[in-house]
Amino acid sequence: MAVGPLTLPILSAITWSPFIGALLIMFTARHRPRAVRWIAVVATGISTLLSIYAYATYNHEAAGFQFYEKLPLVPPLGISYELGVDGISLLMVLLTSIIISAGVFASWTVAVRSQEFYALLLALVTGVYGVFASLDLFVLFLFYELAVLPMYLLIGIWGSSGEVRPRGIFAWAYRETGVGTKEYAAMKLTLYLLFGSAFILVGIFALYVSAGAASFSFLELEAAVFPLGLQRWVFLAFYVGFGILAGIWPLHTWSPDGHASAPTAVSMLHAGVLMKLGAYGVVRVGMGLLPEGAADLAWLVGGIACINIVYGALSAMAQTDLKYVIAYSSVSHMGIVMLGAATLTETGLNGSVFQMFAHGVMTGLFFALVGLVYEKAHSREIEKMGGFGKSMPGIATAFTIGSLSSLGLPATAGFVAELLTFLGTWRSGHRWWLFPAVAGTFLTAVYVLRVTKQIFWGPPSPQFEHLEDARGPEWIALVVLVFVLVLFGMVPGLAIEPVDTATVPLLARIVRP
Amino acid sequence: MTLPTVLPLLVWVLPFAAFVLLAVVAPLRRAGPRAGLLSIGAMGVAFMAALVVWVEDFRGEATWSWIPSDGGPIATVGVLVDPVSNAMLVLVTLVSLLVQVYSLAYLGDEPPASLGRYYTYQSLFAVSMLGLVLSPGFLQMFVFWELVGLCSYLLIGYWYERPAAARAAVKAFWITKLGDVGFVIGIVLLWSATGTFDFGELFAKAQEHALAIDRLGTIMFLIYLGAVGKSAQFPLHVWLPDAMEGPTPVSALIHAATMVTAGVFMVTRAEPLFALVPEVLTLIGWVGAFTALLAATMACVESDIKRVLAYSTVSQLGYMMAAAGAGAADAGFLHLLTHGLFKALLFLAAGAVIHTVGTNDIFRMGGLFRAMPQTALVFIVGTLALAGVPPLAGFFSKEAVLSGVWEAQLTGPFLMLALTALLTAFYMFRVVFVAFFGRAFGAGHPHEAPWLMRGPLWLLAALTVAVGIRLAMGGEHEAPAWLVSLSLALAFAGFALAWAMYQRGVVDPATFASALAPLDFLARRRYGIDALYGGLYRGLVLGFARLIGWIDRYLVDGVLNVLSALTLRGGDGLRRIQNGRPQDYVYGVAFGVLLLIVWAQLWR
Repeated sequence: MAVGPLTLPILSAITWSPFIGALLIMFTARHRPRAVRWIAVVATGISTLLSIYAYATYNHEAAGFQFYEKLPLVPPLGISYELGVDGISLLMVLLTSIIISAGVFASWTVAVRSQEFYALLLALVTGVYGVFASLDLFVLFLFYELAVLPMYLLIGIWGSSGEVRPRGIFAWAYRETGVGTKEYAAMKLTLYLLFGSAFILVGIFALYVSAGAASFSFLELEAAVFPLGLQRWVFLAFYVGFGILAGIWPLHTWSPDGHASAPTAVSMLHAGVLMKLGAYGVVRVGMGLLPEGAADLAWLVGGIACINIVYGALSAMAQTDLKYVIAYSSVSHMGIVMLGAATLTETGLNGSVFQMFAHGVMTGLFFALVGLVYEKAHSREIEKMGGFGKSMPGIATAFTIGSLSSLGLPATAGFVAELLTFLGTWRSGHRWWLFPAVAGTFLTAVYVLRVTKQIFWGPPSPQFEHLEDARGPEWIALVVLVFVLVLFGMVPGLAIEPVDTATVPLLARIVRP
Repeated sequence: MTLPTVLPLLVWVLPFAAFVLLAVVAPLRRAGPRAGLLSIGAMGVAFMAALVVWVEDFRGEATWSWIPSDGGPIATVGVLVDPVSNAMLVLVTLVSLLVQVYSLAYLGDEPPASLGRYYTYQSLFAVSMLGLVLSPGFLQMFVFWELVGLCSYLLIGYWYERPAAARAAVKAFWITKLGDVGFVIGIVLLWSATGTFDFGELFAKAQEHALAIDRLGTIMFLIYLGAVGKSAQFPLHVWLPDAMEGPTPVSALIHAATMVTAGVFMVTRAEPLFALVPEVLTLIGWVGAFTALLAATMACVESDIKRVLAYSTVSQLGYMMAAAGAGAADAGFLHLLTHGLFKALLFLAAGAVIHTVGTNDIFRMGGLFRAMPQTALVFIVGTLALAGVPPLAGFFSKEAVLSGVWEAQLTGPFLMLALTALLTAFYMFRVVFVAFFGRAFGAGHPHEAPWLMRGPLWLLAALTVAVGIRLAMGGEHEAPAWLVSLSLALAFAGFALAWAMYQRGVVDPATFASALAPLDFLARRRYGIDALYGGLYRGLVLGFARLIGWIDRYLVDGVLNVLSALTLRGGDGLRRIQNGRPQDYVYGVAFGVLLLIVWAQLWR
């Protein structure tokens, strides 16, 4: 594995800049909401500029992990602070930067305890960057936990509750657990993800012990050869552990409740980036370290992904709450990500990574817009809305573009991702995957256009006459996200070229069954 | 890159530049008419360039990598310049230009911001349609195929506050997307089998008989499904009549002259591949002819002038598809071009009428010839062309289609098409007699449209005549004499019937309808196809979605909540044991000791 020369610690700067921002906010900006926002903008701005720089200067010829840094932490146990990015993780770092920058602007109007809100948000982002950049599994796990835990507070304090009527044979359980409240959603999300991380931890230790190299370094574990039996069950552990975060069926129900209850920036970041952490974990750690296990269990990953695609789309169609629609659409779209990976083909895996990026931007855009609509109309009930296009043309346009990307319209990033995944499925070992995947895109067209029509088209209802369009900083968020969505849709090479340098060697290690 | 490829590319780039400017520069877009002028200017220059390309008969191809991969690009984009694309370039830029000029007056009362939005969509449509026409491969064609669908959706829903327009827009998108599901699966399968989307490579393989693919028939059928949706073939034709909710110039451009013909264009373009699968071609021919007949019957009972024209478009698209299915793709393509001219003419003339009368209902018009003779005249020119009267353009292309289908020995489709020819003349002259002659209804104060609207009408009328004369002199007319006589007789019969019923009143339409009561009943209800789809959508799709939504919320999530509630209860139960009373703890310890003693005695 080629490792780039030691240079300026760009990855560390990207990773820790938000954390330093969080500390500054906690200690210097008490009762100064403007200062809080500007610190957040600067801290994430540094990360964003550096990640664009890293993205632009990544050497496609050399490929492999670049911007490499290493600092031993606990030498006897082989734990070290080791960072490096290849094409896949670089794109994910860029995605994180885009979403957090937009998220900071989109939640400009958070009024309650904005100091703590921004501090937690920034700390969380450091965790996300850390996962994507880490090459040491132990450190990766620490960052992973840092990315997951602040969610509990962010949703529990700044979230919003919805209403879920207890019904069916399990109605008693719904009354006892308080389904629908933000506290329930926060607790559910946190418990689910911690449940998943237990699997991950077990998997990591199993590899550590089995390799016998006394190192948690990804690069050293990659060189080790694991027996097939071990590969199988450890891959399964990683699949379940990381997969929960990627919203795999039937372990996805934390996602709609969590995303619906979370405040705007948190939903953006969670659906936009954190779900990708899960998918990234499956690809990088699962497929990267356990190629034979991955090949052996591809049928399971792909099969469940197909369920995700169709089931998520149908569930989204059934929702009456706008945030739930978007949340279920994430469940459906994450199915495309997992399906692309399960094809074990170059096109499919490229499609998978591209979909991680495309869905991240798209769903970030959606949640930003839903937040804006909610803030102005004070309603999330789709049936109660109507004719908003008249009063908020800008939001309507951005929403339409998001919808189009969601249903895979060409010239948006969603199309390229879906096309590549489709192409991959027919060349994989399980051709029939193509049909549920394509059916899913049709169902997506049905529900997104239905929702768009209901909210923005038709005659404006009198109670919503005074609505305003997006303002100042909110525009920045929308424009950036729409621009990225269209740019990567028109010039897909921007993403595929670096990603391809990483997917080809990864797949070369996988022996097809 | 040489001139033969640069110039067609320029035709594409000009509207693209106009679109980007209008989309990004908000003040320009909100300026209304000025936005229109920018779009029209770009279109005008593009039309000149297209004309040069066509006259000079340029040929060439240039491609660039679009989606890279390790072993060379998966997909390329570029331009393919040949006589087929050149003719389409001229048609698309010409009709676009005329429609955009016409719209300036037709939509003159719109608020400036809305008008700017309209021209932004118009530019995007031109970009997409030109991109489709120039496609050198299936993938690029699919990309722009979807984008013209998007523009259609946006323009049908231009008056988005009207619930009917909103519904029609979404319906159009869904139905065409349903066909596109087939298209996308088809091209994925084709790529997996051949490793390319490129027409040139595919055709070369087809010619060398090197295209030994399993199930090529299935693949081509799936690709054809895309055309079924886009070109409104039975059973996916239901969206096109509803699409008339959009502004009339949009109907003229997108839903008559250009976009809906994309399916025919695609089948024409991929003809070497379709030729390998005769069974699919036969199917295309039958479906096309059936569509032609079915739509013609619905046009006969429709009283909305735009919907009559819409059904007529569906019917004529069936003609074109039937020709393609009969292996006479040239004839179908010729009909596509001539139909583009006179159908745009008919729609724009109808728009001029609607604009001044304020209704779409032909039975509320009447006697308009006196008030607007120029419009009436051009409408009649269009009607004659559509009915297939020489020497107008429609006559020759229709003959070509009919003789093509006859020569392919598709007797069934031929009979259906012949009957359609009769019906076509009938329903068109029905509109002419009811709306332009007869008793004046007195709705509004009808008057001629402004010059901005009349100019394009006259130009299209002149072209309809000129192209006809050119075809007559060019000796393209090769149909056997009996066929010419037959189709002229049929057209005359249709005319005579309409005249007898609606002009002279010799035959009472109501009596006539009751004689054909079952057919009349079905045709007025669109043969129940719309209702069937509505029921399927509401009952099956939404019902199934609701079921899944319920299962997800109350079963999948229910299991989890039960686990969670049981954990809570369990914790609650255990908490009770730890109640802080020492005597209870002592009892507990004593009980435990007892248990240990018993255990020690029994399992020693």
